[in-house]
Amino acid sequence: MPEAVARLKDIRRRMDDDRPEIHHDDTEAGELTIIEQRLSGFEILYREAWLRKLVILAVLALIWEIYGRTLNNDLLFPTFSATILAFFTGLMDGTLPAAAWSSGKVLLMGYGLGIVLAATLTALAMASRIGTDFLETMTSMFNPLPAIALLPLALIWFGLGNASLVFVLVHSVTWAIALNTHSGFLGVSRTLKMVGRNYGLRGPAFIMKILIPAAFPSILTGLKIGWAFAWRTLIAAELVFGVSSGSGGLGWFIFENKNMLDIPKVFAGLLTVIIIGLVVENLIFRTIERRTIERWGVQH
Amino acid sequence: MQSRQPLLTVQGVTLQYKTPHHLITATYRVSFDVMQGDRFILLGPSGCGKSTLQKAVGGYMTPTEGEMRLKGRKITQPGPDRMMVFQEFDQLLPWKTVKQNVAFALHASKRMSRREAEEKAMEYVSKVGLASFADSHPHMLSGGMKQRVAIARGMAMEPDILLMDEPFAALDALTRRKMQDELLKLWDETKFTVLFVTHSIAEAIKIGNRILLLSPHPGRVKAELNSTTDAQQAIELEQHIHQMLFSHEPEEVEHA
Repeated sequence: MPEAVARLKDIRRRMDDDRPEIHHDDTEAGELTIIEQRLSGFEILYREAWLRKLVILAVLALIWEIYGRTLNNDLLFPTFSATILAFFTGLMDGTLPAAAWSSGKVLLMGYGLGIVLAATLTALAMASRIGTDFLETMTSMFNPLPAIALLPLALIWFGLGNASLVFVLVHSVTWAIALNTHSGFLGVSRTLKMVGRNYGLRGPAFIMKILIPAAFPSILTGLKIGWAFAWRTLIAAELVFGVSSGSGGLGWFIFENKNMLDIPKVFAGLLTVIIIGLVVENLIFRTIERRTIERWGVQH
Repeated sequence: MQSRQPLLTVQGVTLQYKTPHHLITATYRVSFDVMQGDRFILLGPSGCGKSTLQKAVGGYMTPTEGEMRLKGRKITQPGPDRMMVFQEFDQLLPWKTVKQNVAFALHASKRMSRREAEEKAMEYVSKVGLASFADSHPHMLSGGMKQRVAIARGMAMEPDILLMDEPFAALDALTRRKMQDELLKLWDETKFTVLFVTHSIAEAIKIGNRILLLSPHPGRVKAELNSTTDAQQAIELEQHIHQMLFSHEPEEVEHA
């Protein structure tokens, strides 16, 4: 090895240097410093983000309660306890779950249809250049348009009822998912695609086994954004136009109770909207994220 | 030895590709034969079309002239009989563990059932010394480990020929040297055939038993040389190759 020879020479030359070489003896670990020490109980608890957030929530609830009591006006601002009471009464007598369920049904329908439509559009975009152009044009046109703005039109076309809601929901979901999925597919590295073809994968097998998992971070982002759009759009549509008066969703629940001046129930309805949003965004999507892209180390 | 049938024949291959403004000829009428058990090196400076040539052997490009045959069959598309090992670290599927990455290749190419694939995968993962990382995902591995997984994946498929495209180029010098030794050790065990692309003369001499020297713009065969394991001869060969590649340029020292 020519390198080995060179290195030996190097050492000899250094020996002639006037700067001496230094070697350290091993120090016994633990003699001089702390290697490992248990944190105190408070420190351990304080490191838990959920616990800190819970404390913040408790403080806010306390402020709310005190303010509500000093105001003593249930019509303007019911206390925290009154809201919780209304929430549990609503839960027990089944009105809240029923309202949530009828909202959820419409939502899932719109979300599902939106996914199917987005998948079709993305497939077309992947298959041909004109498909890509079509998708890009449609997304850039409709993505900035709030779905709720289409509701008046939808009401004329589909009438008062779930069909209008589903139409608006599909619109709110499709573009976000299609856009993200498409850019995810385009972002799959050339190397990975070559690897997939090297295995002899073609057509649908190639898409299912290589493209979709590789683009999954973007797809998931699309699904999350689509969900957020859909959920907000749905409540707004129910609330403002009372479209779902026939089926009675959560927005309608809030709207109706406001008309009856049962403000604690309005708050309870809002609380339900928040809770469902939190559960889906922080529980369902977070779990999917943890199990997939975080484990794979591919989150952006 | 001369009477053996070549495993891979490349005959008069011209490769061209288009950039938005130009038609570029990457290689011009390149011919060579690779025998069973060869460690065949494609060596040349950047722009000599060595990577393009290998991609064509991989089936990702169709020659505009000439043809390539593997075991007498004409190469038309990518396939698991020619496993690629790339330079990039992202060649492993990030959503699969080390073991699954190797097993998936076996399973996806319909070579064997899931269970057989798992067993075989484990065997090769151990072979490259990563048994204790079998259930880790690629992002938890160092660059060198990722390349080892890619090599394990390529070898587990037991392809007719392993195509390695500068697999160690993105590694640090120490890891690179170690990986070169390991690759040679693996070759001693299984005597696989490998077509290896590099731009390092020292690496070519160390890894290869036969070296194809390409000149740049477009890539043409300059020489086909036998490598050596003798240290003194290796130095001479290195100087010889260096002269051939840079004879038209003023003398300079290369740090390979």
